[in-house]
Amino acid sequence: MLEDHAKLMAFFEQAQEVVGRKRLQKMVYILKKTGFNFSERYSFHFYGPYSEELSTRIEELCNLGFLVEEKEQEKGYYQYRYTLTDNGTSFLTDSNVDTPNMTALINKMNEQSSKFLELVSTMLFFDNFTKEEVEEKVLTVKSKQNYTEEDLQEAWTFIDDMKKH
Amino acid sequence: MSYRHEQLSEEKVFKDPVHRYIHVRDQLIWDLIGTPEFQRLRRIKQLGTTYLTFHGAEHSRFSHSLGVYEIVRRIVENFRGQPNWNDDDRMLCLCAALLHDLGHGPFSHSFEKVFGLDHEDFTREIILGDTKVNEVLLKVDPQFPQDVADVINKTYRNKLVVSLISSQIDADRMDYLQRDAYFTGVSYGHFDMERILRVMRPMEDQAVVKESGMHAVEDYIMSRYQMYWQVYFHPVTRSAEVILTKILHRAKELYESNYAFKLEPMHFISFFDHDVSLKDYLKLDENVAFYYFHIWQEEDDAILADLCRRFVDRDLFKYIEFNPGNQYRELMDLKDYFTEAGIDPSYYLEVDSSSDLPYDFYRQGEDEERLPILLQMPNGELKELSRQSDIVEAISGKKRTDHKLYYAEDFINQLPEDSNIKRRIREILKG
Repeated sequence: MLEDHAKLMAFFEQAQEVVGRKRLQKMVYILKKTGFNFSERYSFHFYGPYSEELSTRIEELCNLGFLVEEKEQEKGYYQYRYTLTDNGTSFLTDSNVDTPNMTALINKMNEQSSKFLELVSTMLFFDNFTKEEVEEKVLTVKSKQNYTEEDLQEAWTFIDDMKKH
Repeated sequence: MSYRHEQLSEEKVFKDPVHRYIHVRDQLIWDLIGTPEFQRLRRIKQLGTTYLTFHGAEHSRFSHSLGVYEIVRRIVENFRGQPNWNDDDRMLCLCAALLHDLGHGPFSHSFEKVFGLDHEDFTREIILGDTKVNEVLLKVDPQFPQDVADVINKTYRNKLVVSLISSQIDADRMDYLQRDAYFTGVSYGHFDMERILRVMRPMEDQAVVKESGMHAVEDYIMSRYQMYWQVYFHPVTRSAEVILTKILHRAKELYESNYAFKLEPMHFISFFDHDVSLKDYLKLDENVAFYYFHIWQEEDDAILADLCRRFVDRDLFKYIEFNPGNQYRELMDLKDYFTEAGIDPSYYLEVDSSSDLPYDFYRQGEDEERLPILLQMPNGELKELSRQSDIVEAISGKKRTDHKLYYAEDFINQLPEDSNIKRRIREILKG
């Protein structure tokens, strides 16, 4: 019971903080695609893979007092910062959910821009295609992001590193 | 004339309680409706277990799919000749609208949760695989099935086309809100769709709504909000979903422990083995699933037999409001007490949360989360809906979430009156 909530809280505990809703969506998706057992279902949206289930679950964690969401004003837009509360930590301890260590991967993703994570998660969304097909598909569905050949190469290297965990 | 543009000798119409008539002129659409894969949708209910709460909710995914097709047909009719719209995309839109739910299985939500499936994968497989639907689509051109699959998968190059089937104000939602309201008999879910369609304008990446149509869109957002709480998230329906999920878990667990079923669960074996072929998937509709639930009432396994009886006879679990934030330890205690009392908590105690439901509220799309509904102002500028509408802002800013604890009350009642465990369980459940 509530295992899916606990798994997400383990993610936040290891991340310490996550800034940005888009970033959060993409980080969980990338972890899921690299073998971590998150149950949230994703489908493709304007900004790449997105899970409504994840958004609602995050709201639940905030309403339960397990997670804090802080709204921050940046130049012309808002962003959201998420951190686990003490209550959340104690729930996580009690829940006895088996949580694999993903800290290194989370840190690695946190060093990247959300635009780059959008690229990586979009490439992973098409992971049943050949490399050439993935690139063609990404450049078609993300034509406005103007990703370069170097961006794509960097994303492939990033994906390889993530999968080596 | 090419097959893409071939017309029927006379227009066919389906009588429909929501849209009055569904009009079919294109041979391609008529042929798709006639395929076995599309006809199968008659045997899948649109609202799963909701009929156990609202007895009228027996409508099928077949009628919803026709409804979505009809709405898109009217939208593209209105778009003809407008900037940003290419009428060559008409048939692609109509086919994607008609076929968007093709991969839904029986009681999709529970089945997908238990067996780790995704109906969107099956939609794609039906469109691209060895099926009659694929055969019909291929007659248009070899690329056409892939284009239809891409639109439904939301990965098609033209985002405007995608947005008609899938966005925060799309034909899918506009149909199911009205259809579900009609068949459940609730008075929510109504809005002026004709007005919305009239003020929809095609833009490069999505359809937007003229600012003058804002109040009609407000009504749509309100009906979405009310249907969510009054129908989709009804606690009794959730109780039935909990029991259904438990049945599937129990049957799977028994299969994995080599339990000898009195009736071999032929149609379920590939689901239990996590190796579901398209052929297996298409064979399991709700009629077949119900047959097993009936037969399993006679099984020797007391848990499976009991859960099936509950589902068939609508003897559902009771529930209380539950806040895991401050009652989590009590839940741990309840699990222990249930076990001590001989009531298996894995099957007779469950927390169900709003995030377990496949429906959503309007999101403003902050922080590039998802694309919002955009209003086109008289000067051509685009503004996000909630920034213009106080009503939408009021309800989309609220984060209402909900958790309920479901349990088999009759089992607790059957415990001896003088039992300490019974007393403790009741104390916790009564708060």
